[in-house]
Amino acid sequence: MKRYLWPLAIFVVMLGFLGMGLQLNPRDVPSPLINKPVPSFRLPTLAAPDTLVAPQDLRGQVWLLNVWASWCVACQQEHPVLMDLAKTSAVPLIGLNYKDQRHLALNWLGKHGNPYKTTLFDMDGRVGLDFGVYGVPETYVIDKQGVIRLKFTGPVTPEAVREKLLPLMNELGA
Amino acid sequence: MRVFLMTLLLACVLGAGGVGAQTPTDSQATPLSADPALEARVLKIAEELRCLVCQNETIAASQADLAKDLRQQIREQLTQGRTQPQILEFMSQRYGDFVLYRPPLQLSTVLLWAGPFVLLLVAAGVLLMNIRRRDPSTEPSPLTPAELQRAQRLLDDAGGTP
Repeated sequence: MKRYLWPLAIFVVMLGFLGMGLQLNPRDVPSPLINKPVPSFRLPTLAAPDTLVAPQDLRGQVWLLNVWASWCVACQQEHPVLMDLAKTSAVPLIGLNYKDQRHLALNWLGKHGNPYKTTLFDMDGRVGLDFGVYGVPETYVIDKQGVIRLKFTGPVTPEAVREKLLPLMNELGA
Repeated sequence: MRVFLMTLLLACVLGAGGVGAQTPTDSQATPLSADPALEARVLKIAEELRCLVCQNETIAASQADLAKDLRQQIREQLTQGRTQPQILEFMSQRYGDFVLYRPPLQLSTVLLWAGPFVLLLVAAGVLLMNIRRRDPSTEPSPLTPAELQRAQRLLDDAGGTP
């Protein structure tokens, strides 16, 4: 009898691992940039091609970087959440318009509303690459020293704002 | 289940890979460089890298836009004279060790590297134990003279008929 129980026990253990594996989100790839300084960049803003913004310009305050694009359907999904956040929070929300076209991006903001204090225009996605962007939308929390403290991949949900972003931003002294 | 798998496959082929992530679909493929030797080097490095959009594909095999961008990045860095280890380092600094198909040996990956060999050792141990423990009573014992006689008789009988 005992020898028949062994394979069953092994099967149950494997089932447990399988169940655990199914709970994990394969998109949650830990970013190596957490607790690292923001990659350096110098990008024109979406509104004014001649205005260049670098991370140093945002030093001394907690800020959010949200990677979005007009071709990104999931960005529309999170958009109301960002609009809400922009209204209720003093933390500057900076957009990174990723691999987009200027007129399409501007149209998109005109149509859906603009929650961003500034949007940086990353046409060829090079700055996105330095941030390790692989799925838009992505959201980063950056502290006063210019260090990335959190990366959120996928559309931001009200729960994520309440349970992750706001507590962290408060902790960082925003 | 099959429908689910097909959907998953389709999602990956389209490079969309789920609700949470997207890549642009309207952009053009990056033009291949004219130099086939350079292209071969690009592909060799791209085969070491995982595409994070379609996670079971290499950067070399994936048609997702991210993969195209990263192939272009490899191409540029090679033309600038950077080496394969430098380029792999560049990628893992941005996307983490997960992007490497050959993860580095470190504390968190010890099980990954040593696991198969540990399992092999355990299996060999179990096999050895089983062989040693085998009950000698189940071994065939030599025939008694009576049994031998009977066998001989049976064989003779069988030989008698065509």
